[in-house]
Parts: sequence; C-alpha cells; structure tokens
Amino acid sequence: MSLESKIPAGPLAEKWEKHKFNVKLVNPANKRKFNIIVVGTGLAGASAAATLAELGYNVDAFCFQDSPRRAHSIAAQGGINAAKNYQNDGDSVFRLFYDTIKGGDYRSREANVHRLAEVSTEIIDQCVAQGVPFARDYGGLLDNRSFGGAQVSRTFYARGQTGQQLLLGAYSALTKMVNTGKVKMHTRKEMLDVVTIDGAAKGIVTRDLVTGKVESHAGHAVLLCTGGYGNVFFLSTNAMASNGSAAWRAYKKGAKFANPCFTQIHPTCIPVHGDYQSKLTLMSESLRNDGRVWVPKDKKHAKITAAEAVKLPESERDYYLERRYPSFGNLVPRDVASRNAKMVCDEGRGVGVTGLAVFLDFADAIKRDGQKTIEAKYGNLFDMYKQITADNPYEVPMMIYPAVHYTMGGLWVDYNLSTNVPGLYALGEANFSDHGANRLGASALMQGLADGYFVIPYTIGDYIATLPLGQAVDKSNPAFAQAEKEAQARIDKLLNIKGNQTPDDIHKKLGHIMWEYCGMSRNKEGLEKARGMIQELRKEFNKDLKVIGANEELNMTLEKALRLEDFLELGELMVIDAHNRSESCGGHFREESQTEEGEALRQDEEFSYVAAWGYEGEGKDPSLTKEDLVFENVKLTQRSYK
Amino acid sequence: MAGKTINIKLKIWRQAGENKPGKFESYEVNDVSVDMSFLEMLDVLNENELKKGNDPIHFDHDCREGICGMCSLYINGKPHGPKHGITTCQLHMRTFNDGETIVVEPWRASAFPVLKDLVVDRTSFDRIMQAGGYVTVSTGGVPDANEIAIPKTVADEAMDAAQCIGCGACVAACKNASAMLFTSAKVSQLALLPQGGAERKRRALAMVEQHDAEGFGACTNTGACEAVCPKEISITHIARLNREFTRASFSGNETDYQN
Ligand SMILES: Cc1cc2nc3c(=O)[nH]c(=O)nc-3n(C[C@H](O)[C@H](O)[C@H](O)COP(=O)(O)OP(=O)(O)OC[C@H]3O[C@@H](n4cnc5c(N)ncnc54)[C@H](O)[C@@H]3O)c2cc1C
Ligand code: SF4
Ligand code: FES
Repeated sequence: MSLESKIPAGPLAEKWEKHKFNVKLVNPANKRKFNIIVVGTGLAGASAAATLAELGYNVDAFCFQDSPRRAHSIAAQGGINAAKNYQNDGDSVFRLFYDTIKGGDYRSREANVHRLAEVSTEIIDQCVAQGVPFARDYGGLLDNRSFGGAQVSRTFYARGQTGQQLLLGAYSALTKMVNTGKVKMHTRKEMLDVVTIDGAAKGIVTRDLVTGKVESHAGHAVLLCTGGYGNVFFLSTNAMASNGSAAWRAYKKGAKFANPCFTQIHPTCIPVHGDYQSKLTLMSESLRNDGRVWVPKDKKHAKITAAEAVKLPESERDYYLERRYPSFGNLVPRDVASRNAKMVCDEGRGVGVTGLAVFLDFADAIKRDGQKTIEAKYGNLFDMYKQITADNPYEVPMMIYPAVHYTMGGLWVDYNLSTNVPGLYALGEANFSDHGANRLGASALMQGLADGYFVIPYTIGDYIATLPLGQAVDKSNPAFAQAEKEAQARIDKLLNIKGNQTPDDIHKKLGHIMWEYCGMSRNKEGLEKARGMIQELRKEFNKDLKVIGANEELNMTLEKALRLEDFLELGELMVIDAHNRSESCGGHFREESQTEEGEALRQDEEFSYVAAWGYEGEGKDPSLTKEDLVFENVKLTQRSYK
Repeated sequence: MAGKTINIKLKIWRQAGENKPGKFESYEVNDVSVDMSFLEMLDVLNENELKKGNDPIHFDHDCREGICGMCSLYINGKPHGPKHGITTCQLHMRTFNDGETIVVEPWRASAFPVLKDLVVDRTSFDRIMQAGGYVTVSTGGVPDANEIAIPKTVADEAMDAAQCIGCGACVAACKNASAMLFTSAKVSQLALLPQGGAERKRRALAMVEQHDAEGFGACTNTGACEAVCPKEISITHIARLNREFTRASFSGNETDYQN
C-alpha cells in the first residue's frame, strides 16, 4: 500500500493558496446538515471546534477533564512563534519554515511546514482579537523574545503562561459557540474507540467518567485532537492524564501511526527525587541563556549536593557543554544538551542523591549582572524551583536532568490533516506532521492553533463535499452497537483480572523499560530486549492487574488501566520504529550511527522517509509503509554546534 | 534535607457519589518524604489502599504545576492549604510537622456538588463563561495584531486578571459561596482591553445574571477570596465588575460608556 500525501503541485510558497482555491467548498446552507465530532479541546481541538461551528457545521466536542479550559495545552510556558517580523530582525515566512525544517533534522514535509509558517502570522492576529493579553513593550506594541536558540525574536508570550492564555482564548471562542448551540460540549467523557462503517470514520464510543455509561456518537467526520503520548514513559512533563489512547484506537481501526519513536526529551527539568514521583516539572529553557551547566571532573565528587557544590573549586568542575561545543556552549539544541547530561551521568559524574542530575549554575551570572537583573529575568522560575526543592538558586546551583516532554510522532496525516481512514482527521500534537525528528521551542502552540483555526476549516470541505447531502449517519448501523460492546467487554475484562499490581505499578515498569532502552540513546540489542520485556509486561498486565470498584461510578483506577493497556501496545510500536530506523536524527539517537565526535549522524540515502506503521492484527508484526520525503527548497546539511 | 521523613495522620472526606451521605475517614501515612508534594502523598496512600482492596480516595488533578485549576482540596480549613499563592498540587509535605493530623475536604458550595469523595462539579463556572466571557469574533478577517497599541500598564493589568485558573478556591473560601472574584477576573480582563469594549454592557449583565442563576451567593466584600486565590487575583477586579454592572444597568446602549 502507498500513502498519498496530497501535497499540491507548484512552487512552495504558492501551494497553500492554490490548494485553498482548489479544495471543494460546502455551501454555507448545507454545512448545517453535517455533524462533526471533535475529540479533545486543547489548543488544536478548541480552535477547530469553534471555527467549524462558526462556519455552520454542528459540532460535538469531547474532553476528559471537567472543562475544556484545563487541557494539557494550559501548561505551556515559553511562547508561540510567528513570522511577523515585528522586530525587523530579518525574520520571514521562509526563515521560520527553514528553521523548522532544519530543527526537525529534515524529517518533515516541506509543504506542511511552509504552510505552518504562512498561517503563523494570522494566529497572532486572531488571538489578539479574542483578548489574549500578550506581553507588550512601552510603546504598546507586541513584545517578542528569542527562544530556544533562534537567531531572531519571533516568539510571542504572555508572562510565563502563554499556553494558558492561548487556551483561554480558544476556550472563549469555543464557549461562544456553545452558547449559540452550534457546539455541544461533552466534558468528563473519554473516547474509547472510533466507529468505522465501510472503512470510513462515522463516530466514536465514549465512557462517561462520572456514571460509567458507555455510548456512541455519530458524525460525518471525526477529528482527533487528543495530544501527545509522552506519558508512555510514566514520568514526563505532560499532565497526569495525558494519554495516547485515542490515537492508538484509531491505529487499531486502520489509521497509520507515523514515526512513533520520535520523542523530545527536554534538558532542563527538575530531577526525579524518589519512587513516589508522579510527574516531572519543566524549568524553562531560557535558563540556559545565563546558567552554566557542569558536573565534577572527578567521580570522587559524584553525588555532591548543591550546598557542597558551591565549595568545589573551579579546577574541579567540568563545564562540559562549553568544553565540547565552544561556539554554542550552554545553548546547544535540546536533544544535544539532553544527551550530554545523560553521558556525564552514565560516566558516574552525576550529582545529587541519585547521581542523576547536573548543575545549572547562576553564580557567574549573578556576579556579572547582579542579583537584581537575574531576579528580573528569572524570578518566577527561581521561586518555583525553591518551592519544589527547598533549595535557593540564588545561593546554590540548580540541579536539572532531562525529561520526556513532547512526541513528534503521531497519526499519519496527509496535507489535508486526514489520516488514511476517510473522515478521520488528526490535529495538534496527535498528528506527526510538522516537527520531523525534533520540535523547536514555541512551535507546538503554533501548530495546534494553525491546524485548528486555519487549516482544517478549509481542508475538511474536500471530504464533506463528497458525502451525500442531507443524509444523517445511521446510528442503527450495527457497527455502533458492536463498537460499544467491544468497549464494554474491555472494561469488564480489566475489572475481572483481580490481580495484585496496581496500574501505577505496571506503568512504572513500562516507563523504566522505555526510558532505559528507547530514551535518549538507543541501540539494536537494547531495543530487541525492550520489545521482549514489553511483551512480557503485557502478559503480567493481563494476569495480575488490580482494579477496584465498578464501571458505573467515578473510577480513576479503571481510567488509568484503560489508558495503560494502550500504552503497553504503543510502547512496543515505538521500540519497533526505533529499531527500524538505524540512523540517528534529531531526538532519535542510535548509538550505531554517530560521527567520530559522538554526534548524531543521519543516513539520508536510506532514511529520508516517514515511517508509517499499520496494524495487522493481534500478535502480528505491524506493516511499514514509507512516505518518501522530497526536499526541493532546502539543502540537507549535518547539524554542527562545535 | 534529603531523606527526611515524617509520619502523618489524615482525616479525609469520603462520599460515594452525588446526593449520597459522606463522612470523614481516618488514615495514617508513615515515612513521608518531606520532598513529596501533597498529592504525591495522597498517591502513596491511594496505592496502599488499593493494595488492601479499598477504593482509592478520588480527587481532581492533572497538570500538577499550578496552572490547570483542576486540583481543589480544602486542607486544614483552607482552600489549597496553609500556604499563600499556590495551588494544592504545589504544596509540599515539608509544610507539615511530624505527627500532625491533616483534615482534607472537598470544596463546599451548592453550585459545586460533590461527585465523589473530594471531586466536585464546577461546570457552573463554564456556564458563567458561556453567558459572555468572550469577544464575539470569528476566525479570520481580524485586524493586524499591532493595529491597536495597548499601553503596557493596561495590558499588564488585563494579564493580572487573565491569570485566573478557574479553580474555585474563592468560592470555597467565601461564607456566601460567591463566585464574584472568578467572574470579575474575566469581566475585568475584557473591559480593560479595547477588543472587549464593544460588548462590555452585555457581558457584565449576562455573566452576573448567570452567576446568580447558578446559585452562587452575593459578594459582601469580606476579601476571603483574595486571601486564598492561588493566582493572587485582586478584589479590585470585583470593584471594576460592580462599576461595569452599574453602568450597564443604567446606560441605554453599548457605545455610551466606551472606556
Ligand atoms: C510543560 C510544558 C510546556 C510546554 N511549553 C511549550 C511552549 O512554550 N511552546 C510550545 O509551542 N509548546 C509547548 N509545549 C507543548 C505544547 O503545550 C503541546 O504540544 C500542545 O499544547 C498540545 O496541544 P493539543 O491541542 O494537541 O493537545 P492537548 O492540549 O494535550 O489536548 C488534548 C485534549 O484531548 C482530550 N483527550 C485526549 N484523549 C481523549 C480521549 N480519549 N477522549 C476524550 N478526550 C480526550 C483532552 O481532554 C484534551 O482536551 C509544552 C508542553 C509542556 C508539557
Ligand atoms: S479567582 Fe483565584 S481562586 Fe477564584 S477561580 Fe480564579 S484562580 Fe481560583
Ligand atoms: S493539578 Fe493543575 S493546578 Fe493543581
């Protein structure tokens, strides 16, 4: 089988404009004859649901939180990119496009990324019109900052709460449409399956998290805007309930899953402090602008505390990023910084009680600029660090360690954001489309809102216009009852295992396997071993899981178990994909493919493709379809930060 | 610091479901690392309970970073616990003493019915928002973002209000169970910004009307809300809401009192 990416012909900069003209239109009066299901109301889902409803479609929107305002998008701190060039520092659509393609280590589609850069400017206009209070300068115009090592200032922000303000903007747009009756919002409802009829998506099955009721909903199209699957690792910076189930269920109904192994591991997070740890907290990457990263030169000083570190003489310290990368120093990209932290800790030079941490030291910056200046820049971050660790970063160095942060992989989609299952779309972090093998800072918010506000409202017409007018989806089709029955059977199965291990017990084991063998550094043997271990763990799950209570009540143990069951399968696919891709690229580091200096080495001849995996049935290996990536506008280069 | 542990006792509200009777149950958790967050301590307790075959204590949470507004515990008589300016998920066990008994309850307000244990239904907040907590603007066709300059001080004040996380602590702290701090934060944000100007009148009236219809009480200016708000939303926003409301009640059309 081959996959049709539907990238429009013509010059890069004209593709989207031309495509918008060529897609089929649905007459405004006819839009109200179609129902669209939007699963997930984070940035991608809320913006899509609001916009589609404004256009006239009837929308049913779902989320598992008690309100759309609480989606994981709310936690994004740093900002959102847009090629406005308000700072007149040489930014342009092409530069944002180029940076994103290069940052993704040439594993994304040119056409998609260019479109993203094009619509980025409209996003900012839209948000301001909604009343999003972006930071402004003294002249009253919008302020920008440079983020994640970008050479231009194109990042818009709202204090350290950009995701919150953007989500509240999208939520307000959604709320407005709920008030008009065009959107019906279903909160505390979790999608358990996609319903397909004759190979096309026609609805979903949900579980009401308060009453346990399993029911189905019909629609002419289904949009999955369900976020990323970083929580496969148990510990990540994602919100506790973020999960991969919606995408996974779609995969099992025929949708391809692309590049599942592409995971972003963020270098600056607060290290794990104990077995009881429930999640990891991100410390903004901006800290690396002034903080110096180091560990002791000698193993004999390993595991020192932050208080002891202050007394360790300069001659005993190894500022390893500055040493290895003289030109970029502490500002090397996320994946490089993360891998190096792992390396020095593996050498036995890590610090803190666990030895799994490195220092991020502000002593020199404070000496140079004064405490006041540092406080003005990072005061809230320093407070947050102190709140969590009880250490004062003005006096002792911070301790940081990498943590799983974002998944670039996701459901395969074409240029229209459609999966290979007709009528089934994927938006936001749930799809694979724009970030290649590594996402740049401040680009996920941009992509989520681009997909929801400006792409899907056009591209969905191409499909809807092919459907017979005025025909409601027939809920009496046996596919609905069948899918409900299957979902109910899964629930009953989990409730009846009655073993001894809690979902968290098993999830932590899965997390360890993934982190060890499919984390910052991967190799063939390790991945093979991991695959076997995950298969064993799945057996354990099926024999020894403990869930208490009934389906017909608020049952958070059951919720966890259902999500974990899918993670246990998705984890294996990640390992299979990482095994197949024996090159290194972006955040995917295969030890077998490195330069002499130990840096990631791409193998463009062999791996310049999107790996799209298809479900072939229980116990069978998944099938691999390759979508070749064609680069006509950029030259592929090996990244170097020396 | 590292390695220090404490033993604590807990009295936690248990309630099987909405309209079901509830009562306090006692628990003990030993060897609690002081570096644990309060919610991680509850996780440990829940894992133990689950292993004993008991239904875990249900509580809402998601981001565990103080931003989603999901966590909502009333700890030792205070929403979000004893510390100022943080949410429950940001509270750490080093705040408590060895041997201490900690009392944990859900938010209590008729507009926030208990769904189970410590989980309450806050959809009333969403309905207040639906009544008018937005600018009526559709996607596309809007002016350039820099077309209207907004003084930094005004933008900053709007941002102060916009930081509300919709947690409901203000309601839980208020003897009248008023949600005026929450409602005023949104009205204030949009009243301050030029983009919100066209609908000021309708917004203030509609949101207050919905606030009352949901069964939230009237504001009598006790300031209890401000004292517990994790985002330190100021009651000056309630004063602004009152002004907006009064002007809206007496003026004929939207343009009468623009800015
Ligand atoms: C700590 C942190 C900081 C970040 N900072 C930045 C930043 O500064 N800039 C940037 O660009 N990006 C940042 N990111 C990344 C960015 O926040 C996310 O990638 C993005 O917000 C994802 O948005 P989304 O709409 O795709 O999904 P989400 O916001 O995750 O929303 C998922 C939605 O799907 C729903 N859902 C999921 N599964 C189901 C189901 N089965 N049934 C029903 N509903 C379901 C959820 O309820 C939710 O509404 C950050 C991420 C983290 C973790
Ligand atoms: S005003 Fe404060 S206490 Fe009330 S909902 Fe908002 S953040 Fe919570
Ligand atoms: S869990 Fe999100 S604010 Fe506490």
